[in-house]
Amino acid sequence: MRSLKTRRVSATAAVLLTAALALSACGSDDGGETKSAGGTSPGEGKAGCEQLTQFGDLTGKTVHVYTSIVAPEDKAHKDSYKLFTECTGADVEYEGSKEFEAQLVVRVQGGNAPDIAYIPQPGLLKTLVEQTGKVVEPPDAVSENVDKWFGEDWKKYGTVNDTFYAAPLGANVKSFVWYSPKMFADNGWEIPTTWDDMMALSDKIAATGIKPWCAGISSGDATGWPATDWLEDVILRDAGAETYDKWVDHEIPFNDQQIVDSLDRVGNILKNPKYVNGGFGDVKSIATTTFQDAGLPILDGKCALHRQASFYAANWPEGTKVAEDGDAFAFYLPTTNEDNGKPVLGGGEFVAAFSDDPEVQAFQTYLSSDVWANEKAKNTPGGGWVSANKGLDVNNLVSPIDQLSAETLQDPDAVFRFDGSDQMPGAVGAGSFWEQMTAWITGKDTKAALDAIEESWPS
Amino acid sequence: MSTAEKLVQMGIAIALFFGVVAVVLFLADRVRSRRGESLQTLVFVLPAVLLIAVGLLYPAIRTLYESFLNAGSTQFVGLDNYQAIATNDSLVKVLRNTAIWVIITPIAATLIGLVYAVLVDRARFEKTAKALVFMPMAISLVGASLIWKFVYDYRAAENDQIGLANQVLKWLGMDTYRFLLNEPWNTLFLIVIMIWVQAGFAMTILSASIRAIPDDVVEAARLDGVTGIRMFRYITVPMIRPSLIVVLTTISITTLKVFDIVRTATGGRFGTSVLAYEFYVQSFRSFNFGLGAALAVLLFALVTPIVLYNIRQMRRLEAR
Repeated sequence: MRSLKTRRVSATAAVLLTAALALSACGSDDGGETKSAGGTSPGEGKAGCEQLTQFGDLTGKTVHVYTSIVAPEDKAHKDSYKLFTECTGADVEYEGSKEFEAQLVVRVQGGNAPDIAYIPQPGLLKTLVEQTGKVVEPPDAVSENVDKWFGEDWKKYGTVNDTFYAAPLGANVKSFVWYSPKMFADNGWEIPTTWDDMMALSDKIAATGIKPWCAGISSGDATGWPATDWLEDVILRDAGAETYDKWVDHEIPFNDQQIVDSLDRVGNILKNPKYVNGGFGDVKSIATTTFQDAGLPILDGKCALHRQASFYAANWPEGTKVAEDGDAFAFYLPTTNEDNGKPVLGGGEFVAAFSDDPEVQAFQTYLSSDVWANEKAKNTPGGGWVSANKGLDVNNLVSPIDQLSAETLQDPDAVFRFDGSDQMPGAVGAGSFWEQMTAWITGKDTKAALDAIEESWPS
Repeated sequence: MSTAEKLVQMGIAIALFFGVVAVVLFLADRVRSRRGESLQTLVFVLPAVLLIAVGLLYPAIRTLYESFLNAGSTQFVGLDNYQAIATNDSLVKVLRNTAIWVIITPIAATLIGLVYAVLVDRARFEKTAKALVFMPMAISLVGASLIWKFVYDYRAAENDQIGLANQVLKWLGMDTYRFLLNEPWNTLFLIVIMIWVQAGFAMTILSASIRAIPDDVVEAARLDGVTGIRMFRYITVPMIRPSLIVVLTTISITTLKVFDIVRTATGGRFGTSVLAYEFYVQSFRSFNFGLGAALAVLLFALVTPIVLYNIRQMRRLEAR
């Protein structure tokens, strides 16, 4: 009896497995053309729905979105889709996962791709396009929206081998130094506008007995990334955007002399025992301090400066006033070389689709529009979100830091560049670069660390 | 495809399955001859064989094959991936760490479990004492690592401590210590987490088999004047030897596969990465599927002999 039962169960599984394999093999073909479901769109005549009516009546359809954005930040996203549902009738099923980066490739290769994925790294988009071939081109409306509302460079980050795949979604600005306006006012310190000023200020603060800088690069298996941002920011300032692009694309070696110099400049702060690590300990403590905790000593007056992206705003404890006259705020990381303009390092997500069903195309169109950008801003009452979408009205953003970020992104003088490690091949950008920067903090010599990364670059 | 559609498809698949199986069984039943008997056997064995082939054999062969391909599985590269494992500094360190883990963890966990089992055996507070050691078993490795990460947390001596271990050092008037950062000792501190979890398992199994030692053997030994350490050395240990080996090998296998602790506590940084973790990082972070597959094959090659030995020992244990 027992054996019969076991056999039946295993045989059921076998049949199911075969069925699942057969079903998953039925993929979709290439996109690019706009598809409509026909019928009258429920959004006909409604404000904000103009672009979405062309997809017809999508009532009862569901778009499955897979992202790395989890609670509590996911709520604002879900709320911002209400207009989409009103316009088209289609529902959005949202799934956030902290294991997104690793899981997405597995799911796509396993034939279980979501309809839409928010990809935070152009490098990952490239991997998906080249290694799986399952990413589908967006409809023309998306491409037009991106041309209209985003800078050329942003479109480039969503493009792989000259084919445009993914429209930008959110954005963040990484070139910020967090400080306490109150502490600065009490001590008569002023916000530095050049790198030399910033170093002079650091010396001044160090003389008072406070370690001026605090930093932390620990972040689970992504440990090291905040240090890569430091280096990228300084390369943009020292060597300029062109050299930076060459370095990212590996047209110049990773351990080029200019890069060595820039990392040494970072070392003048991060590896200077007089400057770090306020509130935590010595230089090495940077490696074990989580990036979430790293800036908090600013509130206790144990540290004065912390270089971190705009999204650090979410890490201040409840009750902290994040404003120009509050407990914490950020200033633009000063430049080192006037010839290179005003470089801004940043990051963001891109919307990749794995299906060209009308509801998926409609959703892509919605997300790439100025309508969504403003809708998202209005639905984020706590702040902590911006977009590089030029149609985003800064007044719709509630928090001062978001407004500062949006202004920085929309500044015509700004030379924006995407986080380099996110564009490099995974073996470097999510591997040796993180690893070697961690080793560099814990004592490895500048040249040796950069040499090791150069050696790991896949040929 | 929506969930409802998937459910409908599942329903159809199940119905189809029952139909096919009913027909096959009916037909097999109709054949009444010697050949019919072997046919019936085949009908019974085939599904299991098929499942093993699809779920185990195919992935194993595929992984072996991929280990000879490049990062994107597009080109044949021969033994390059294996060569990288043997020559690349950081990968050699991974092998070294794995060796340290596999040598220390099973021995230490088993030893602690054994000594503890003997000490609390038939003591008045036995149940409570056993529960205390057994409890960590109920915590997932990720949970345990998070707990210990806080225990090991480092702040410079002049700051307020949030880590228990460093607070103790501070009370003792010593400098605080970077448990998770200083190579190569950090690997040992990670191993402590594994031992903390596994000692309870060793204790439970060994305690049960100590109980199972026949009273007459113990009595006879006692009449011959054997007590204390000598009783432990000459009676207890030889009598529970098969269980000891099973415990040792089981913990060895768990240790070879250790992933959660390394990932949670250090993320593989500071020279603490091990095989099972590195294989994941190479495959799913760096998307170097070739190297990842090679690491997986190596891990498989290391685990297999222990598994085989373990199975043989368990059979012997059952046969007794």
